[in-house]
Order: sequence, then C-alpha cells, then structure tokens
Amino acid sequence: MNEIHCRINGTDYTFSFPGERRLLDVLREDLQLTAAKEGCGEGECGACSVLKDRRVVNSCMIPVAAVEGCEIMTLEGFRQTPEGRCIVEAFSDSGAVQCGFCTPGMVMAAASLLFENPDPSEVQIRTALSGNLCRCTGYDMIVQGVRLAAERGRGLW
Amino acid sequence: MVDVYHPKTLEEALQFRSSTGAVPFSGGTDIMVRYRTSHGVLPDLPWPIVLLGHLKELQYLRLRKGSLCIGAETTLTDVMDHELTPPLLKQAIGLMAAPALRNLGTLAGNIGNASPAGDAVCALIALDASIELASPRGRRVVSLDLFIVGPGRTILAEDELITEIIVPIGEGHISWYKKVGTRRANALSKLSVSADWAVDDNVLTHVRIALGAVAPVVLRCRDIEDDMTGMKLPEIALQREDLMNRYKCSITPIDDQRSSAAYRKQAASNLVGAVLDEMTGGR
Repeated sequence: MNEIHCRINGTDYTFSFPGERRLLDVLREDLQLTAAKEGCGEGECGACSVLKDRRVVNSCMIPVAAVEGCEIMTLEGFRQTPEGRCIVEAFSDSGAVQCGFCTPGMVMAAASLLFENPDPSEVQIRTALSGNLCRCTGYDMIVQGVRLAAERGRGLW
Repeated sequence: MVDVYHPKTLEEALQFRSSTGAVPFSGGTDIMVRYRTSHGVLPDLPWPIVLLGHLKELQYLRLRKGSLCIGAETTLTDVMDHELTPPLLKQAIGLMAAPALRNLGTLAGNIGNASPAGDAVCALIALDASIELASPRGRRVVSLDLFIVGPGRTILAEDELITEIIVPIGEGHISWYKKVGTRRANALSKLSVSADWAVDDNVLTHVRIALGAVAPVVLRCRDIEDDMTGMKLPEIALQREDLMNRYKCSITPIDDQRSSAAYRKQAASNLVGAVLDEMTGGR
C-alpha cells in the first residue's frame, strides 16, 4: 500500500490507509475532527462538506488516496483563520445556527463561495448553498449570514 | 480492500489500466454512492481503481481547428465557468447536482458512467461532440453518440481511458435546454431536452435535438432532424403537432422511482413542442 501525503488544517500528514477509505471517515474516526458530519452519505445533503484546495467538496465521496498532495480544510482549522472567524461570527449574529448539524457544511460552502466571489448576490449565495440541506432555519438567516460575512469581510477574501 | 492507483501522469495511468484492468475513477460521485456501505466502513468496490481526477494534463479547455477541446478530467465547475464553453453545455452543467459535486465531477465521469440521464452527455450529444480515447496501443476518436451503447455500457476497451471531449463550435447557432427534475439542485433528471439549431433566411439550415432519460441511451432522431433541415420556419410551425408526435413515438421511456413512462412520453413531446416554438417564434 502506498503512503498518502496531504495537509489537513495546516498540518502535514502521511497516511497508510486503504486508498478507498473515505476522507470523511479519516477525518472523523482517525483524526477526531468531527465538524464534518455524515448526513446522507451520498452527496445530497452537504453535511460532510470540507474545502479541498479552497473549493467545497463532499468528503463522503472522496477516497483518501485522491487527496494526495492536496490541502484539506475542515471547520476546526478554518475557524482559526480570519476568514473563518468572520463567517462564524456572521452566522452567529444572523441567527443562522439552530440545531447546528448542517452548520459546518454551510460555513465551508460559504467560504468556497466567498473565496471565488467576495461580493455575491442573493441568487449566487443561494446557488452556492444549494447542495447543503438545513431542516431548521428555512435558509433565510443563513443567506443573511453569508451576506453579512461578505460585507464585514471586505478586503479579507 | 482493493488496489487504488494514484498515477502521476496519463502514461502511468494507461500502464496501470492495461496491466491491472483497474476501473477509471474520476470524481467518484457515482462510484462512491453505488458502492457505499456504512460510516467508518470501506466502500465495497468490486474492482481495483485508477484515480484520474487529479491529472493536470487532462484538465484544460482550448480551441483547435474550429473545435473546443476539453480535457476529460476538467471538473464540471471549470467547464461551466470557462468563457469558451458553449451556452448549452453551461446550462446543462449548471443544473447538475450542486457546487460541491460539480467541484469533483468531470465530463469523463459523466460520459463513462453512461447513464441515460447524464445531463452533460445530453447536451454534448446535441452539440455533436466526439471523444478521444487513449490506450498504450494509440489513440482514436469516436462520436459520443456511438460510444454509449446502453445504460452503463460503452465501447471503452479494457485498456482505454477517455482523454478529451471535442465539441465543434457552431457559429451563430441557437441553443435551448430544459431539465425536468423534482428540484433545481441535486435532482437527477426525470428527463431532459437539449437542442442546437441554425437558421438562415427563415430556413432551418441545421438542427440537433437530444433527449435524455427517455430511452436506454440519450436519443437523437436523425430521420426527423433530416426531414426538418431545409424546411422554412412557417412550415415547421404548421407541422408542430406532427413533429411532436413523431418524437413521442420514437422514445421508449421506462417507469422508475423518478418518473413514469407515460409522464416522460408526454413531457418529452411537450418539450419538443417548446423547442419548435422557440425556433419558429410560435405560441
């Protein structure tokens, strides 16, 4: 079995897992990074969203061998960064968090959007979050949270 | 546990593929769903895989001899966002899944999976796309239309990989796309219709209409397209019902969890009617 090298939340790792082990399981079970959740396990709900090279992806669909040489960011690492703090605070201030299950995925999807487009319209925000299901908020407060993060974070993205 | 190959180059990927029979693995968004087990447990892959999604040499869009050539492992996001991409393909990809999946999924994956409901495939067939296949024996180019022969079945040889998608640029062409699904994001198609045509002096000079998820493969009715080509637009408007009926009779949809055959027949016919209206300025 070949070794897999990647960077997760700024730390370099070398793994020797079976290559098809899901990135989500490596994060949650081996590294105890439990922000990414398993909702549906098939790419429908977005609860397992993480950043791979600054783009949002579903970690339940990625074999760990496919992140060779990549930079992975989960909410645990992202919230330590200025961009992460900005989104987390904006979500909190907007009432975008209720039960919290979808929140880590929502934050990562929002981050991916803002890295690409620092000043998104409401439609662009809703499109960016379209792969993330929330059963509590009705989404409006989350959309407001992303909007607030865009405004407060000017120059940051 | 299976062997998972992470080649550094296309050449290495072709070697792995031909020497081990490993199955090509692009974004994984179909394979990882089909063979998932439970949290913490390895996916139950039935064969070794060769990872391809990371191969930079298969990620590009460039113009060559009047065609847009797209590296087969370019992500759906990158294809959709590129200025050279035809509007029809942009539209189809924009309604596929959601951003996180489009960041993983690739055209090679959508084509190789060979689902009759593959939305990018439907658009690409309406655009008359071809694909390049490579193996240690050499390269060949085949029409995408001929590559997929049934649900999940293609003519990809045991040692081949899809390396490029070739889309002829239709100057002045008009396109139309509609997908019917249960919601905008993350819905698999009940059916989809892609159309590409050109008009000169009120005469239809060229038309291609592809219907997705209404037959074992994405369907084009070349006999109907041939009959329409050369017709004046008012003539097409007059034959609207007849043309809709011919399409309705040509498709062979099935009942499945997403929709019924009867619904698909009616909706496909209605969408063809909408294409004709757009074409002729009717209704």
